[in-house]
Amino acid sequence: MGKRTPLYDVYKDYPGVKLVDFAGWELPLHFETGIIAEHMCVRRAAGLFDVSHMGEIEIEGPDAVALVDWLVTNDVASINVGQAVYTPMCYPHAGVVDDLLVYRLAETRLMLVVNAANTEKDLRWISRENPWMQSRNEVGGTGGEGNVADLRITDRSDDTALIAFQGPRASELLRQAVGSVVDSISAFEFVETSEVFGRAVILSRTGYTGEDGFEIFAQSQDAAHIWTSLMELGGGREVLPCGLGARDTLRIEARLPLYGQELSSEISPLEGGLKPFVKLEKSDFCGKAALLEMKNKGVPRSLRGFRMIDKGVPRPGYSVYVGSKKIGTVTSGLRSPMLDAFVGLVLADSGVLEKGMTIEIDDGRKRKRAEVVATPFYRSRGRKG
Amino acid sequence: MNNPKELKYTEDHEWVRIEGDLAYVGITDHAQDALGDIVFVELPEAGRELERGEEASNIESVKAAAPVYAPLTGSIAVVNKGLDETPELLNQKPYDTFVFALKIKDANEIKNLLSSDDYDKILAAEKER
Repeated sequence: MGKRTPLYDVYKDYPGVKLVDFAGWELPLHFETGIIAEHMCVRRAAGLFDVSHMGEIEIEGPDAVALVDWLVTNDVASINVGQAVYTPMCYPHAGVVDDLLVYRLAETRLMLVVNAANTEKDLRWISRENPWMQSRNEVGGTGGEGNVADLRITDRSDDTALIAFQGPRASELLRQAVGSVVDSISAFEFVETSEVFGRAVILSRTGYTGEDGFEIFAQSQDAAHIWTSLMELGGGREVLPCGLGARDTLRIEARLPLYGQELSSEISPLEGGLKPFVKLEKSDFCGKAALLEMKNKGVPRSLRGFRMIDKGVPRPGYSVYVGSKKIGTVTSGLRSPMLDAFVGLVLADSGVLEKGMTIEIDDGRKRKRAEVVATPFYRSRGRKG
Repeated sequence: MNNPKELKYTEDHEWVRIEGDLAYVGITDHAQDALGDIVFVELPEAGRELERGEEASNIESVKAAAPVYAPLTGSIAVVNKGLDETPELLNQKPYDTFVFALKIKDANEIKNLLSSDDYDKILAAEKER
């Protein structure tokens, strides 16, 4: 039996709920209407996701920003309180430890939102295994794990619930309930407020669906109240509960990476399509030398999109060929509900693929033809980023 | 259990309807529920000869791919072309939607198929595990 979130008891009796194990958590794969209907509901109205399994790591102290800015590839030092930034976090060799969101809660207090499967690994990496901490430990002597110098690193995952409310109608529905605070938050901004159904939360305009929407960080004991209140918005007709299945298909359509597929310790963020989130011009950070070298010598692989000519779902691990030569591996794929087409992402040798080219996907039985296309496969009309 | 009495079944969660020398083959309600939203059915070519237990077709849902096996030895006589456009019929009406029909080569094999009672027991046992 896996770990359960504070919302498990709310949706375990929903009709048609299908629960699966994900990174040690017992979570809904989908509800009664199925993955495709949930996907479309998020694209057209709004959907509700329990993502409480995500890890929340708080880092506080005068050195907090310096540490995190050194650990990640994006620019954390220049974000203001109330802003969040998406970023990969690299090993010195340029492989990815995890991809995460960094929230600046206060001048000297940050919250890192990390993948559930990586939370333990990230905590170890951040609090003691990374070179910055290692050098501090050597110089500073007796800091104690995770409390070196002026740093307090706390795992808040167990007492933090996270609900994602996503879709083009999300802001309007939420405004009806919680008021104009909704309009004060732009993309990648957040506020700490007690006005969300009377509970103290962090209300953040972020998400993982390619749509406008919000993520709500709450105390575990408040999660059920917030969830059921959100479900009742729009008269209980417009909001569908959504599971991990739709979360995955939505993020692939929007070409948002998933750690373990588009990113890993063996795939650099430059290869995984995250160049805009790697600030090679900022002062030293973990992995910078290796990333610079990779950039100068030529990034060996790149992430490209393709659309199947012969029908079939391209699944992670399928080999991709140009003629008789294997040029890459599928990282993610789906039948896109918005495009009504089978599409996928391939981590391919650089310089081989061009838009419009025909490639072949080997599903283990036969090779199917596909065409190289631009990504993302889907872009929300109302969304800028 | 809502598995129709008049159909035969296999341990691979397929149903079989015998009509003369044809065996219509589909997937059970349990199978479609386990697969979830079905998005593609790779249909066999008409005329293809298959041994009992050989892979005849492949069904893809959002999350998984699952083979459909030939429940009897025979050749593909009919394929359900409608599944090209509407594979979701397998989710919506699993017992009214066949995938293919085989021309039965050896009618003696039919006795190897399961009754609905036998199949219900298999499902019950799977649920226990």
